Amino acid sequence: MNWIGFFTIYKKEMARTFRVPLQTIFSPVITTVLYFIVFGSAIGSRITVSGDVSYSQFIVPGLIMMSLLSSSLAAASSGIYFPKFTGTIYELLSAPLSYLEITLGYTLSAATRAMVVAVIIYIVSLFFTPVPILHPFVALLFVFLTAFTFAMFGFIIGLLSDTFEKLNIFPTFVITPLSFLGGVFYSVDMLPDFWHKVSYANPIVYMINGLRWSFFGTSTVSPVISMSIICGFLFICLVILWRIFKTGYKIKT
Amino acid sequence: MSIIEIKNLTKEYKRSTKALKNINLEIKTGELFALLGPNGAGKTTLINIICGLVNPSGGVVTIGGFDIINQYRQARALVSLVPQEIHLDPFITVEQTLEYTRGFFGKSKNVELTEQILKDLSLWDKKDSKVIQLSGGMKRRVLIAKALMNEPAVLFLDEPTAGVDVELRRDMWKFISKIKQSGSTIILTTHYLEEAEEMADRIGIIDKGELKIVEDKKILMQRMSKKQMQINLQKPLYDLPKELQLSNISLSQDKQTLTIEYGNGTADLDVADLMQTLKNNNISIGDVVTKQSSLEDIFIDLINK
Repeated sequence: MNWIGFFTIYKKEMARTFRVPLQTIFSPVITTVLYFIVFGSAIGSRITVSGDVSYSQFIVPGLIMMSLLSSSLAAASSGIYFPKFTGTIYELLSAPLSYLEITLGYTLSAATRAMVVAVIIYIVSLFFTPVPILHPFVALLFVFLTAFTFAMFGFIIGLLSDTFEKLNIFPTFVITPLSFLGGVFYSVDMLPDFWHKVSYANPIVYMINGLRWSFFGTSTVSPVISMSIICGFLFICLVILWRIFKTGYKIKT
Repeated sequence: MSIIEIKNLTKEYKRSTKALKNINLEIKTGELFALLGPNGAGKTTLINIICGLVNPSGGVVTIGGFDIINQYRQARALVSLVPQEIHLDPFITVEQTLEYTRGFFGKSKNVELTEQILKDLSLWDKKDSKVIQLSGGMKRRVLIAKALMNEPAVLFLDEPTAGVDVELRRDMWKFISKIKQSGSTIILTTHYLEEAEEMADRIGIIDKGELKIVEDKKILMQRMSKKQMQINLQKPLYDLPKELQLSNISLSQDKQTLTIEYGNGTADLDVADLMQTLKNNNISIGDVVTKQSSLEDIFIDLINK
């Protein structure tokens, strides 16, 4: 294992994140805070959810998850797309680095960036409402696995994209709609029967519900199923990456 | 002793002709090997395969005895590449980009080495400047500096002086010679034949994916070069004397210049005999010019065959 090589990629990517903190850290935080103010404080005071959990508290795990998904995906996809665009990827491909080291360098740095955003969002939410975490270690596991999985997914998008437009197709047309429809602002139980069933085809439902369970101890979906779905998604990403690297598709001619 | 061995290397792209056809080549330790060829000949493909940027379709390449596919870590640790295009992250500083390169190769930070390389390439005062702020010539030097951060046994320079001004090109040549003197093996592709003529120990000429010739530069120039003598006459010569009616002797249209080609198997030339023949035929000489074909002429001859 080329540890120094792996850590250099990680360090380079983290430096890139903190070179533009307004864009990488504070922009998602501000967007989420606005959601919190509008949906949590303004509209949420008129909505009731089951149990002791207020609506403001209810949306916190969903908002964290939504930011986590988009931040990790954006960080990893742009992280690997940029060297492809500028041509500096030659450095990585000609260095004694394995594909595993390159992938981990980019995805773990993207996951770290997303987790920093998630922690800041959680801290900011405490200014609006108390949000205790019932199972903190499970919450941490959900947050890490989701960030890592979506970083992997973003890494694949970055590898396969050859234009900035393609880079943005998935986040804009797939991830954002799925996040909004994944139960960030509502419980899928509230939907009519048909849409309730359709919602279970959305993997983001499981991620949000997994984190919601670790916060409040209750959720629409069992945490074991949530965890299994995330691991399944991670596995699919690994298989796709393995194929890309084995064939050199869009990386090596 | 060879540091790079290439056996039966081929590269075939989908929907296209073969980019490399059965290349066999050995690069000797410590030499400066110049690879020449027209655009699209396969120079960059060959270099990119050796460096791990392009997958070969067939054949075997070893660097220092390590296979570039199965023992890629050991093989790549020995080489560095200076690419043809300026591929640099524009938003980081010169010093950072150098340190990252060293890190990718699994080597710890070396402040003294970084300083030495930056000073050698006259970039020390630019170490804290962002790459985007540098001139084109400086960016080219940064690319070389980055490649040296790995302290490579083999340095690939893919058209390192393309698009740089004459002064900078001369500086680069001096610097490349200095690297060679330190014991590194250098493989250079270039369009500037003058560059190969100036620096190379051996020359390989590649065209349409085929290695046409690999030869010691001096032997190649000797073996392939033609010599020419032009005799400018004082008076026009309307009838070429019988003794001078030979296939290697021609008279210009204005009848004022005799051209004699010799060397490279065309014909031998006995200057004393020739002068005597001219004198016997009362031909007065105004001026004599001799010319030896350059590497450029040899290259064009080979490519056009």
